[in-house]
Amino acid sequence: MIRDWLIQKVLPRSLWVYHTNCGACNGCDIEVLDVLTPYYDAERFGIKVVGSPRHADALLVSGPMTRQTAPAVRRVYEAVPDPKVVFAIGSCATGGGMWHDTYNVLGGADQVLPVDFYVPGCPPRPEAILHGIATALGLTPKEVHALHAIQEADEVEIEELAEEQRLVHERE
Amino acid sequence: MTIASKLKEALLCMKAGRVTLPYPFEPHDPEEGFRGLPKVDVNKCIGCGGCANVCPARLIRVIDKDQSTRVLVFLYERCTFCGRCAEVCPEGAIEMTRDFELSTDDVHDDMIGEYHIFMGPCERCGRCYRPPTALDKLMKPGMREDTIDRKCPMLCPGRTEEKE
Repeated sequence: MIRDWLIQKVLPRSLWVYHTNCGACNGCDIEVLDVLTPYYDAERFGIKVVGSPRHADALLVSGPMTRQTAPAVRRVYEAVPDPKVVFAIGSCATGGGMWHDTYNVLGGADQVLPVDFYVPGCPPRPEAILHGIATALGLTPKEVHALHAIQEADEVEIEELAEEQRLVHERE
Repeated sequence: MTIASKLKEALLCMKAGRVTLPYPFEPHDPEEGFRGLPKVDVNKCIGCGGCANVCPARLIRVIDKDQSTRVLVFLYERCTFCGRCAEVCPEGAIEMTRDFELSTDDVHDDMIGEYHIFMGPCERCGRCYRPPTALDKLMKPGMREDTIDRKCPMLCPGRTEEKE
């Protein structure tokens, strides 16, 4: 109870972030760097990139989870003190990207870590990363939702699909 | 460094003014030619599956749900926004929108697009295909077993040689 209250009180003030690259092409890392410049200025939300996971509140994961980095990233995650937030930046970290089924990639970051927030994009715009942070801090609402559309046989009408009509999709 | 140069530096910094974008509180539209989330106009889509063929991340699935419905499933979470699907679409049904605020806490429920497209069933092999004319499309969908042996115009292009 007190712990939850403390989390609510402390985390929105300043989120210290540790950035891990687990196999990214550096595109997302450049955009993360861009967010920290005065033009986008993530530091006005208290975001600060720190050099050690033990100082961090949040873990920023970019890139697909490769077989080589997965145990190391797991150790980094365990080194971050509780309570912790994990952000997956970029298409590779959210779902594996183009490499979702290659032999040396396990998939997205959620295959190894419990990811709290996903920021898709290849690479995501700095605005998109800022929006993700702001959504996590509760400053802006979530914009994206699932798209379901159906074409009717004779009269073409776009309808919302009922819940039972939707297919169940399993990710590989 | 003298104090004068420090003062000059401070003046230069003050001249630049405020450069930080007020972004999360005010909208900031992307620049021209930005490719965001691809969306399918189901009224234009003919279900050819060309987008699924060229997608480098292989996120588009073409599923024939039944004999007259083809479902395009976009697993948007691994989309790289390359725009190849919109490029190859013969009907121009896929549009790269300018949506970039895609951050979510539940990627498996939010980053999905499911588009149900009406197709005519081939009366011989039973698979989905696009009827050639609008008149054929108006015919009642669904496989009818009593018409399988009959000569019927609703045959898919792959089976036309069996017609004779």
